[in-house]
Amino acid sequence: MFKINRKKVNDKQTALQEISPEHREFLRKVKLRKTIILSTQLLILILFFVVWEVAGDLKLIDAFITSQPSRMVKTLINLYNEGSLFYHIGITCLETVIGFTIGTVFGIVIAIILWWSSFLAKVIEPYLVVLNSLPKIALGPVFIVWIGAGPASIIVMALTVSLVVTILEVLNGFLSVDQEKIKLVKTFGANRLQILTKVVLPASFPTMISSLKINVGLSWVGVIVGEFLVSKGGLGYLIVYGGQVFQLDLVMASVLVLAIAAALMYQGVVYLEKLLVRDNSQK
Amino acid sequence: MGNIVELKNIGMIYHSLNGEIIALENINLSVEEGEFVSIVGPSGCGKSTLLSLISGLLKPTFGEVLINGKEVNGTSNEVGYMLQKDHLFDWRTIYENVILGLEITGTLNAGTKEKVLKLLDTYGLYEFKDKYPSQLSGGMRQRAALIRTLATDPKILLLDEAFSALDYQTRLAVNEDIYSIIKKENKTAILVTHDIAESISMADRVVVLTKRPGTIKNIHEIKLTCKKRTPLCSREAPEFRHYFNQIWKELDVHV
Repeated sequence: MFKINRKKVNDKQTALQEISPEHREFLRKVKLRKTIILSTQLLILILFFVVWEVAGDLKLIDAFITSQPSRMVKTLINLYNEGSLFYHIGITCLETVIGFTIGTVFGIVIAIILWWSSFLAKVIEPYLVVLNSLPKIALGPVFIVWIGAGPASIIVMALTVSLVVTILEVLNGFLSVDQEKIKLVKTFGANRLQILTKVVLPASFPTMISSLKINVGLSWVGVIVGEFLVSKGGLGYLIVYGGQVFQLDLVMASVLVLAIAAALMYQGVVYLEKLLVRDNSQK
Repeated sequence: MGNIVELKNIGMIYHSLNGEIIALENINLSVEEGEFVSIVGPSGCGKSTLLSLISGLLKPTFGEVLINGKEVNGTSNEVGYMLQKDHLFDWRTIYENVILGLEITGTLNAGTKEKVLKLLDTYGLYEFKDKYPSQLSGGMRQRAALIRTLATDPKILLLDEAFSALDYQTRLAVNEDIYSIIKKENKTAILVTHDIAESISMADRVVVLTKRPGTIKNIHEIKLTCKKRTPLCSREAPEFRHYFNQIWKELDVHV
């Protein structure tokens, strides 16, 4: 039995080493397709900015209202020279990171408590459902009154937005862990804490990471809204300020920076996921 | 040899909102040390419930379960349980999977670690100990699951449809494999299956249960003429067919 299996593995390896011309052709096609998709994506992006720029120059659109890539770059350079560009980016990013980290950690901790006590989970369920459907942004003014008009309110705003979703998502993950796996550790006499640490948490690890991914996006929403309401710094502040003084260059430039920062942070979490979630299907 | 497992007048009732279900009724069964007993029955007759009762995962509504003469009260190290699938944790290496039971029972020490490594070595998994379950074949995974069960050194093994997730060919090979390991480690085994051939080929006795509520319909002493008793050899014995037909009739299957 054992020997047969060994042989099978060996056969597979030799098959991988010898690549037939047909297979090489297949790989080439796959690669080509990838390249075409990527270059089309880049092309659309470049075209978009070029058309925007040219349309502004030709007065097809009013660059005062729509701004223009070159004016956005100029605005960014000005901000950079003033030394405030990275200050604003830094504030917003920091608030977001703190918001989603606390939101995720609290969410997971609360989910663990609710997993532990199914009574508590049942009791609290309708409240969670209501809180989940409530637009958390409506609570903004409440936080400002309670906590004060500052970064603390913004962070609380960000974590509120992600908290309930995390609880529901992670608890769901906990509850969908294969009951047979739990039965297995029970046959060894595992107590509830052991069931949690040996099975439920490791089995739900991918769920927790994916909730982290959702939370990054949600926290950006919370932070930007928070900054709209109270802040004296940050990208949300720049956007609101730009709108108020009718400087669309500032608004558009800030939105662009925001988009890049959000995308980078999301990629960071994706990278973290790759690092932490072991892909066992690969040799 | 004495009776290692004794079931006395076992009855089991499940409660649900739709009413109560009598799963088992009036079960009396003794298993001797070193014996291999199979339990067959129509689906839903409470076969698996019976194993859960012996393992201490469930408490019977009526009657008592004795292991080595003592009443079962919760799970114990005396009993090892093998489930339908291998349920190796894919976030743990084979070695880490195999020591799971030792971790949980708090008996992981230099001595038991060495024993586990020896088991892995004896049963040809030593060089795979740092691999992950997905890198192993179905048969090897099942063997790793058995070693995980053996690691805590149970006297009795409960096999709950332990082979039914495998394809037929693998299953025959794994039957052979697991049987020889169980015999070599000198364990008492109780196998629940719906596969009549499997039950005869592996067991010293086959217990036939009736439809729900499950009661014992008959117990067959399996006596086969073959040189060396192994599952595959058993299937070739002349008496095999005779047992098969008798059990098939007793199961009284209608479609």
